[in-house]
Amino acid sequence: MHYSALSLFRNALRGHKAWPRQWRAAEPKSSYDVIIVGGGGHGLATAYYLASKYGITNVAVVEKGWIGGGNTGRNTTIIRSNYLFEESANLYNHSLKLWGSLSQELNYNIMFSPRGVMLLAHTLHDVYSAKRHVHANRLTGVDNKWLEPEEAKAFCPPLDITQRARYPILGAALQKSGGTARHDAVAWGYARAASALGVDIIENCQVQAVRREGTGRVAGVETSRGPIAATRIAVAAAGSSSLIMDMADVRMPLESHPLQALVSEPVKPCFPCVVMSNTVHAYVSQSDKGELVIGAGADQYPSYSQTGGVQQLSQAVEAICEMFPMFQRMRMLRSWGGIVDMTPDRSPIISITPVGGLFVNCGWGTGGFKATPGAGDLFAHLVATGTPHPIIAPFALDRFEKGKMIDEAAAAAVAH
Amino acid sequence: MRPQPPPSLTEDIVLLLIPCPYCGPRAEIEFRYGGEAHLERPKPDCNEQTWAAYLHSRHNARGRHAERWRHAHGCGQFFNAVRDTLTDQIEVTYEAGQPSPLREPAS
Amino acid sequence: MSQPFRIADRGHIDRSREIRFTFDGETFIGHLGDTIASALLANGVHLMGRSFKYHRPRGVLGFGSEEPNALVGVDRGHGRFEPNQRTTMVRLTEGLTIQSQNRSPSLRRDVGAINDLLSRFIPAGFYYKTFKWPRSFWATVYEPLIRRTAGLGRAPCLPDPDRYGQRWAHCDTLVVGGDPAGLMAASAAADRGERVILCDEGEGFGGSLLDESGADIGGKPALRWIETTVAHLAQLPRVTLLRRTTAFGAGIGNFVALAERCDDSGKETRERQWFVRAGRLIFATGSIERPMVFANNDRPGIMLASAARSFLNRHGVLVGRHVVIVTEQDSGYRTAFDLRLAGAVVAVVDARATVAGDLVEQAREAGIALISGYIPVDSRGRLRVAALAIAPPDKANAIRWLACDAVLMAGGWTPSIHLHSQSGGKVEWHAPIGAFLPGKARQATTAVGACAGQLDLDACLVMGWQGGGGELADAPRSADRCDVGVSSIPAIVPHERPGKAFVDFQNDVTAKDIRLAIREGFQSVEHIKRYTTNGMATDQGRTSNINALAIAAQALGKTIPEAGLTTFRAPFSPTTFGTMAGFTRGALFDPVRTTPLHDRLIAEGAVFENAGQWKRPRYYAQADETIDEAVLRECATVRRTAGMFDASTLGKIEVVGPDAASFLDFIYTGKPSSLAAGRCRYALMLREDGFILDDGIITRVEAERFHVTTTSAGAVNVLATMEDFRQTELPDMRVWLTSTTEQWAVIVVNGPRARDVLNAVTRDVSLANEDFPHMSMRVGTVAGVAARIFRVSFTGELGYEVNVPARNATLVWDSLRQAGEKFGLGLYGLEASQVLRAEKGYIIVGRETDGTTTPNDVGLGGMVAKSKTDFVGKRSLMREVFVDPERKQLVALLPCDGQSLEEGAQLIDPADPHRSIGHVSSAYVSAELGRPFALAMVQGGRSRLGSRLAVATAAAPRPVELCDPILVDPSGARLHG
Repeated sequence: MHYSALSLFRNALRGHKAWPRQWRAAEPKSSYDVIIVGGGGHGLATAYYLASKYGITNVAVVEKGWIGGGNTGRNTTIIRSNYLFEESANLYNHSLKLWGSLSQELNYNIMFSPRGVMLLAHTLHDVYSAKRHVHANRLTGVDNKWLEPEEAKAFCPPLDITQRARYPILGAALQKSGGTARHDAVAWGYARAASALGVDIIENCQVQAVRREGTGRVAGVETSRGPIAATRIAVAAAGSSSLIMDMADVRMPLESHPLQALVSEPVKPCFPCVVMSNTVHAYVSQSDKGELVIGAGADQYPSYSQTGGVQQLSQAVEAICEMFPMFQRMRMLRSWGGIVDMTPDRSPIISITPVGGLFVNCGWGTGGFKATPGAGDLFAHLVATGTPHPIIAPFALDRFEKGKMIDEAAAAAVAH
Repeated sequence: MRPQPPPSLTEDIVLLLIPCPYCGPRAEIEFRYGGEAHLERPKPDCNEQTWAAYLHSRHNARGRHAERWRHAHGCGQFFNAVRDTLTDQIEVTYEAGQPSPLREPAS
Repeated sequence: MSQPFRIADRGHIDRSREIRFTFDGETFIGHLGDTIASALLANGVHLMGRSFKYHRPRGVLGFGSEEPNALVGVDRGHGRFEPNQRTTMVRLTEGLTIQSQNRSPSLRRDVGAINDLLSRFIPAGFYYKTFKWPRSFWATVYEPLIRRTAGLGRAPCLPDPDRYGQRWAHCDTLVVGGDPAGLMAASAAADRGERVILCDEGEGFGGSLLDESGADIGGKPALRWIETTVAHLAQLPRVTLLRRTTAFGAGIGNFVALAERCDDSGKETRERQWFVRAGRLIFATGSIERPMVFANNDRPGIMLASAARSFLNRHGVLVGRHVVIVTEQDSGYRTAFDLRLAGAVVAVVDARATVAGDLVEQAREAGIALISGYIPVDSRGRLRVAALAIAPPDKANAIRWLACDAVLMAGGWTPSIHLHSQSGGKVEWHAPIGAFLPGKARQATTAVGACAGQLDLDACLVMGWQGGGGELADAPRSADRCDVGVSSIPAIVPHERPGKAFVDFQNDVTAKDIRLAIREGFQSVEHIKRYTTNGMATDQGRTSNINALAIAAQALGKTIPEAGLTTFRAPFSPTTFGTMAGFTRGALFDPVRTTPLHDRLIAEGAVFENAGQWKRPRYYAQADETIDEAVLRECATVRRTAGMFDASTLGKIEVVGPDAASFLDFIYTGKPSSLAAGRCRYALMLREDGFILDDGIITRVEAERFHVTTTSAGAVNVLATMEDFRQTELPDMRVWLTSTTEQWAVIVVNGPRARDVLNAVTRDVSLANEDFPHMSMRVGTVAGVAARIFRVSFTGELGYEVNVPARNATLVWDSLRQAGEKFGLGLYGLEASQVLRAEKGYIIVGRETDGTTTPNDVGLGGMVAKSKTDFVGKRSLMREVFVDPERKQLVALLPCDGQSLEEGAQLIDPADPHRSIGHVSSAYVSAELGRPFALAMVQGGRSRLGSRLAVATAAAPRPVELCDPILVDPSGARLHG
């Protein structure tokens, strides 16, 4: 059923009894053309583009829990493309373009809100780094602009630009076209659209083994709901990527770390944009519900517990109080953690693998949400054609062996 | 009946208590994580794959994980630990240079 | 008449103290000991808020921190304003200004109520289905509108002046919750001599026992028993009692975070966070009563039965005069009896067809009307409930209306198992009592009392006592059972009447919403929660989770445990940011590191910058110079006469031992082992992946002793890396490392007259060129202080770095300053230092290098010793990718238009203007050359020397000429002079 104000009106008159399931509760078939392991934003987006753009509909998305239950449902929803290197800018710009019309494409309001992402500079080194980004971004088509402290405050009035702070603000870099979106809606929107095109979304189905045939190519997976055959397996399992790839004897350059975030109690609109700071380690925006959404830094040790140390949360809250002293009396309502898979150069891996028919999309670390549409599209392209699109070619798995890192360490110093 | 998804792990307030082999149990904030343990540094005449694997490949185990810690705000020593990365419970800590307990099952 | 609903001789308030406060501009009177809720109710005010989505009139639902409806803004003046405060938790103090929230123009007349009329069009998740057209309208029209109607209170807009504290504590036993079981546990543990911390969220201890005036414990009346127990605990030195303290998170290793609400006056610490590591955790967190789900169950005056009882017994407030209690188990009757005694007209509507004989008797004797076999199905009343509709469960149409001004719901009890679950304990469903109970604990924790499903007073006492380690024989006992009876599975109203049956009151989630979610395929508990927002309000689902689960289970055809398990997250109840931040604000946000010369620098007019945690002089201001003028002057001074600079922040490591030399050979790219004693060499340290990590000067003091410097920012990391290799890779080497960063002050004198200046105050060392060449070190006496004097230079001028013990720094500084006056010695800061080194093409790690730079990239390929078999990073340097001639390489730039360049600007080839081929890493104006210049990293830079490229700008590209990075004194004559 098409979603619109009209269908909402009509269904309202009928007591909303006629709304269908948003995605079919498919029973797994014995085989598919493609199995996507991981029902998060990336996996679901990949399924959608495989079906809608590359004509492959005999696809299953296999998810061990409930879709969008991993990092997609736990991130702080920041969308931006102001990365330093050209390769990164191209990758994230590709997503940014898709975000702009995603609600219309999926017929699902994912609430993309380009309200601006501002990265603060607190030290002279920050200023240099920010300006280097601004200059580089101009050449790669990213709208990143340098602001003096007064301009930054004009854009975000709650900001404290006085000398009172331990690290007073020396300026900021603003990407005006960056912003946020509603993370759950992204997963559900892609799921609904993919399901409508014939993709089977199979929840509560944990992959336990990867089957290979004589030549070493993949032949399918063993799951908690039985075996499923396929000649192409696309892994989009975020923090669990190492586990899945291990089943195919591919050791990955990944470490999965906890990443925490929190929200405040909801208040009337008081925060107009997204503000990020590497020096004081926090980032903040306000959701449409009114909650301040605050992100912390990743914990130093790898963990799958989805918790993380209390000092990370404390540090994020300290940073918020320091940058916005009026928020000190607000209250933390909920906190949670995700599992972020980090690569040595903090850039993702979207790649073929040494195993025939096995593709992997991972290593997004703290910044995967913003890339959901673009990564889904480009990963689908890879799975469909077998060759990497020029945008993802630099992000191959074998770049580590060659030493061709795309080191966005500065961009990833704080999670996003 | 469809099998239930594994229960979500609870979200807690965490501050690990790490038993330094030299100082005893101390709070996590006194330590720096030192990466996966028992990585053998290859000789410079190794091939590209071996060197890249040393630099970047990691078990990233979900479960028992042998890793290094340094008591940075304490004795300054590196030591090893086996920690369950699913529960964050530390099973044992042992001195650097000792063999990995991972070959034995968890007690 | 003031406080018409205040009952004489009930409650523990101090009636002699009257307190005035305002609510939406109207003045009311309450008493010391009131909360805002009890004071307003005493004055007959039930309407306290408007709900989030439908803006329905709402009053207080509960009694404690789980209150979802009555949220108000509290203003104490002078920037002390908080939104979203629960009226049930705010202590009444003089002069409070209270404002209702989420309504316009007023609480009684709110335009937002139109949402209630349009509610059928805006069910759960409606916003996902619309607002998509036209595309631009989302960000410009729809979203701003949604954001304005969303949110509850308004954010504070003035800086918070209050102070927050933080404490760490260790104890043997931490008891969370001061209900009867908790008091018992704390007493038993304390009697065993343990260090005990007992905390409770409320104003005092006792929990639900505070409502049981009639109960008897160990021969004492309940309240007396609480008093003596608490007094006994209070005088024990190893016991800490914390009132108004919420345990908001528990975790591994029995680590618990508490938030203590200390003081509202602004004169003392407002709130304090406790971090507690407990040997043993005992949860006595009680249970929370559930609302019932029926159409229009949310009107002001419809409350939890236990809340009404607490308002009466603790505050002496009657919530209504014509009260209907709806229940399906015995606990509702206690409220009935108490309210009847206080003079209300009471009716009890019991869902059970047959009620126990003694209750029927007691009800009749008390004059309480009892209607059995009926359930609530609807209510009437706009700003206050006026009537309740009841019907038999199986006859939807046989409705009776009961006129009333309060409806009290006794919908069963939900044990508070959050902390048990947070600390890793398992949770199990117990069908007989219809509740999730704590199962197997993962750590040393115990749950006692109501939170463990035990609702019988005597059994709670025993459980608490034994939980605290006491012997059964010693436990105080109660003859009163105070049995609440079996609590059944939540009442799900079988009839679907028109009208909203609320499950989550704050977020306006109805039973229909939950069924809609399931219909649309959201069938896991988390999906239902996220789609409907049930359980995501400020009560964290404490009043809604189980009811939602029951409705979902019914719709899915499953049992409750099959339907799913609610997950528990910290914080248990919302925690103030300031409490979490504690002292870490302003000057205490991050440690400030200063050198031993800090006071001198201030006196000299230093303008400081933050270099990491260090405060370093950026330049020294004279008269009304601009920073640019000051820097030019300082640079000129250094090159013409001499300059003095505080380099004490440099990292320093003393490397000692028979294997010190081979150790350093392994760590650095060069061969420090080939240094003779007293000689220095510039050194590069790489990461294992081949990129430059740090640089510094290595000096051989003696055969087995080296003095190694690092960058200021890299000091800690370099030592850690060295220790890593020393301890784990090279454990057989006999070498020891000591950080001496803070032990040595470093005073730098650079310039043509540097030797003269130093000579004036130096003994025992000949500074003559042939005796003390460049890149060597001598031990001597400077200004009477034993010093290590290094002849090294970061500026390219004749230079000395005088290392003296930190405690002697100011003495040596003063001497040099004075001696230098006649030679024209001036001071220079970090900025000038950076310009001067750039003129010499010297790199700064973190500027010219950025974590992706190899020695060869910055022209230092020669520093990699070819004769060494292995060192850190050697294997990586052999990789093909590092010999690519198109790698970015260090060059200097001279802008053709004579204007300054900006750091970070990108280089382009004018023939291909959209592709960056390099970046400006450092840009300055050179006093020596009289022009702007820059250092840059450019692809294939060394092969492009002499050619022209351009710097991309927002306007036209600016041509620049590439040249060798050593712009001043390329032969190095000044260094060796």
